[in-house]
Amino acid sequence: MADAQILPAPGRRQPRVSRTAAWWLKDRIFSSPFHVALSIVVLVGAAFIGQFLLRWGLLDAVFVASDPAACQAAKGACWAVVYEKHRTILFGLYPHSEHWRPTLAVCLYLVSLTITLMPRFWNLRGLALLWACTVTAIGVLMYGGLFGLPEVATSEWGGLALTMIMFTGTVVMGFPVAVLLALGRRSTLTLVRSVCVTIIETLRGVPLITILFVAVNVLPLFLPAGSSVDKLLRVTIGIAIFFACYQAETIRGGLQAVPRGQYEAAQALGLGYWQMTRVIILPQALKIAFPAIVNHIIAALKNTSFVMIIGLFDILNATTSVMQDPVWRKYYVEAYVFVGLVYFVFGFALSLYARAMEAQMKKGHH
Amino acid sequence: MFGMGLLKHGKVLLVSAAIALSAGSAIAEQGATLKTVKERGMLLCGAHPGRYGFAAPDAKGRWVGFEVDLCRAIAAAIFGDGEKVKFVALSSQQRFPAIQSGEVDVLPRNTTATLTRDTALGLNFSPPVFYTGLGFLVRKDAGVKSIEELNGAVICMAPGSTTEQSVARIFAQRNLKYTPIVIENNKELASAYVAGRCDALAKDRDALPGVRVYDAPNPDDHVILDGTYSKEPLALAVRHGDDQWYDIVKWVMYGLMEAEENGISQANADAMLKSGDPYVRDMLGVTGDFGAKLGLDNKWLYSAVKSVGSYKDIYERHFGAGTALPLPRGVNKPWTDGGLLYGLPIK
Amino acid sequence: MTMMSEARAGTADLRAHATTATAPGAPASQRRRPPPRRSWNWNDPGVRTFTYQLALAAVLAFVGWYLYDNVATNLRRQNIATGFSFLGEAAKFNISETPVSFTAADSYGRALLIGLLNTIHVSLVGIVCATLVGVVMGIARASRNLLVSKLAGCYVEFARNVPVILHVVLWSSIIRNLPAPRQALDVLGIGFISNRGLTLPVLVPDPAHGAMGLGFLVGAVAAVILYKLIKRHGERTGRYVAPLPPALALVVAATFLPWLLSGAPVAFDMPKLRGFGFSGGMTVPPEFFALVVGLTVYTGAFIAEIVRAGIESVPKGQSEAARALGLKPSSIMSRIVLPQALRVIIPPMSSQFLSLTKNSSLGVIIGYPELVNIGNTIMNQTGQVVEMVTIMMIIYLGLSLTTSISMNLYNNAVALKER
Repeated sequence: MADAQILPAPGRRQPRVSRTAAWWLKDRIFSSPFHVALSIVVLVGAAFIGQFLLRWGLLDAVFVASDPAACQAAKGACWAVVYEKHRTILFGLYPHSEHWRPTLAVCLYLVSLTITLMPRFWNLRGLALLWACTVTAIGVLMYGGLFGLPEVATSEWGGLALTMIMFTGTVVMGFPVAVLLALGRRSTLTLVRSVCVTIIETLRGVPLITILFVAVNVLPLFLPAGSSVDKLLRVTIGIAIFFACYQAETIRGGLQAVPRGQYEAAQALGLGYWQMTRVIILPQALKIAFPAIVNHIIAALKNTSFVMIIGLFDILNATTSVMQDPVWRKYYVEAYVFVGLVYFVFGFALSLYARAMEAQMKKGHH
Repeated sequence: MFGMGLLKHGKVLLVSAAIALSAGSAIAEQGATLKTVKERGMLLCGAHPGRYGFAAPDAKGRWVGFEVDLCRAIAAAIFGDGEKVKFVALSSQQRFPAIQSGEVDVLPRNTTATLTRDTALGLNFSPPVFYTGLGFLVRKDAGVKSIEELNGAVICMAPGSTTEQSVARIFAQRNLKYTPIVIENNKELASAYVAGRCDALAKDRDALPGVRVYDAPNPDDHVILDGTYSKEPLALAVRHGDDQWYDIVKWVMYGLMEAEENGISQANADAMLKSGDPYVRDMLGVTGDFGAKLGLDNKWLYSAVKSVGSYKDIYERHFGAGTALPLPRGVNKPWTDGGLLYGLPIK
Repeated sequence: MTMMSEARAGTADLRAHATTATAPGAPASQRRRPPPRRSWNWNDPGVRTFTYQLALAAVLAFVGWYLYDNVATNLRRQNIATGFSFLGEAAKFNISETPVSFTAADSYGRALLIGLLNTIHVSLVGIVCATLVGVVMGIARASRNLLVSKLAGCYVEFARNVPVILHVVLWSSIIRNLPAPRQALDVLGIGFISNRGLTLPVLVPDPAHGAMGLGFLVGAVAAVILYKLIKRHGERTGRYVAPLPPALALVVAATFLPWLLSGAPVAFDMPKLRGFGFSGGMTVPPEFFALVVGLTVYTGAFIAEIVRAGIESVPKGQSEAARALGLKPSSIMSRIVLPQALRVIIPPMSSQFLSLTKNSSLGVIIGYPELVNIGNTIMNQTGQVVEMVTIMMIIYLGLSLTTSISMNLYNNAVALKER
């Protein structure tokens, strides 16, 4: 599998006894005339870029200003555009007076995410229950109509809150489907296997945009007249199935890597297929495929931004619409950089986490 | 080869489906839309995501605009309350699937009534509610005065709108060349023009002032070329196959025009209930049973006019002299004043 | 086989699951044996398998029929046009970039062809650029030089953790906000950068160019023969002569000889500011440029990671041995490490190429006339959404299949060389 290749070949790093600063300089920076030249070029370039970014982004930047005139005078970045429009970027068209609801929903989501990431809570049934509760709570909070909360239609959801909701929905709905597809693809039942292979390979062969077109424009025609499924739900299901098809392949890689003895031992204990899969095989397979699984989860987060094409106001589209304001339009770079940073922080944090977990798991094995 | 195969296959499938289903096809679709709308307690109206003057959410997220008010009038005619309507923002690509599939009940959304849309798209169109045509917005410093001077220009437009076809036709007629830049996202389209990617923005003429005033940093840098270059009669679309619903939408529109012709307005609607003119009394449901004939309350037109006003009130509210986007009424006035609006008699 | 007792059948079923788990395929063929004649028994794996599959088939058939019935009813009730005959109708719209001729009078089918060609064009350019960026960044990331590898690491982390759509939108905004043609930035006196794209001079066509093409073909064939001859000679005699330089020299000579003979004609069509933009020269449109840059920056980061992993997969002993033999560092990389790393690099690379091709559909947002953008217009004009989405999906599936087949072929070629 691809993830296995990312690991360095065994025996690559030799034990090093003394790692003084001088050693570092000599070995890793100035090892030969070529590297001396290269290092100098890189240093100068990095220093130039660094001081530019520092001055533009921090020293000369304007952070708070209700009037863009203040930005015009400054030489640096105009982060004021983010401050001025933060409500739209965070919550889209969600009614102003109800903004505490998406705020709470995002917090709730972050708490559940943190719990999920901690290995001590890794328990299939517990996590399923946790996420069922989280999704229900977020749904009630956002949609309202209960406990005296005014109803807010999904068409008014937007911003970072919408991105989070779609991401959660994608992973929560998509992951079980991915597991089923992966098991199905390895099934001995010909029909099951061919159905799963067809679904996986077809959806992996087309762009996400076409799947969103199906969800938005085509699917309603396939439902009985008069019935309708919420557009946001249709779109999230579309992204979830797309995610599931990619994730199924990484899980299949994990399943293939589980040693044969594990299956045999499980059978010797007299476990049935589902019991064996759930208790013995799947936990090991998911552990083996862990880094690749996290990679696809990060990809799912980035993929939610495709809904811009079909007109949902996720964080990116909300930011684009903010740029419609002619007086702030000039500062599009700042706004896009901010959105990029939001994605980066989530994605990079998740990948750092995956790397740390991978190292820990390896330590556990040896 | 492949295409031919698909073509044949598709036809065979469809023909066989038609035969297979023709037996059980007498589904009672009559009145289904009105029933659904009443059960839902809400009219769903497909709106343009942001065409100033026609439909756009304001700073507080409330939808405002000419077409928005038309939907409120329909909601008022059904429920007696112009607020019982929800607006669904639709891109030009999504609008027809949305109305076809029942995601919205009625589609104003700056839609030009054409034969193809009326037939092959499975729609029915209300009488035109706004007559407009293709126009061009250009930068003043380009010094362009007529369409002939746009030879070789880059022109921004939305995909699949009638605009794309009209531009192709009028440039071909004049033997002019141009480069089309086609962008679906409404905001991206406007910013592409404003940033200078295109020399001209092609849109319905009456939507251009909105771009000029709201999207351009300095409105005075841009001018709208003289002349209207195509026929774009904007009308409300409903699904084919529910005549009762079609009647309701059609007659609410006629009703708003008739109200203007007969001097009924939002301000004097209550006073007009006591009008000595039997025709006016019939219209407002004091006498007669015209509402019942449509399947609505007898006060249908009274409610509509009371909540948003006559055609004139709606027009003045969004395009009148005191508004941000003043537009002369042009042909969009009653036939009695030399315009094209001709409400059929409510008799 | 028929003697197998009923009691053991259940365990056999489980074992079948287990064996397929490690070696898919083989047990499946075992399973396809004709089921032994036996009385109905739920513990019989054959019976169970058959029942499960029958149930699944029934569910699939029902769902399929249900959806088909719904769509047919909906379309017919509303009198919506169906079928693919619209592909032959006149499109009545224009397209900004047409690799083959297209006018508003041409058919929708031809418009789709233009879209497909543009998709292929932008994908190929994107693949080449992303591979270049990725290989350079990947080598930098694997470098022993800490500064170089950290800098490349920064690029990789920032580029790949941001959605590709943001890359494309940002680059398109940046290019759109460049100066207008009248204030275009001059590039080394030969080209111009403006919000209308990158404008460059082009060679004025000359009959000599045709002869050059012919010369190139002849030279290329001769060079291949020469290459093989030198190599065989080297293998026979043991005296190694690098075969590439003379072969390349032959190609260059064969290409430029006709050009020199016809008096070395060089004439450039220089871009000049006229009307709304530039006339003359060649312009890379901003939408194309933004799409290629966005896709390159994003996909390049993934390719860099693949290249780094590939390089690190080559045991260190290989490069140490090469160094002991006295090879230059550049030769170690190009002759020892990269060829071995390729084996690991190719399979994941093909999936990156596929994803770049699919992501080229983002042209729809910034207005590049690729397949989805043109499909979008057609969908709007004809209203035949179901048919158009189906066509788009089939075309992309075809592109994916072609890419993966050709990458597999290449992969096989690389793998064979190893033995």
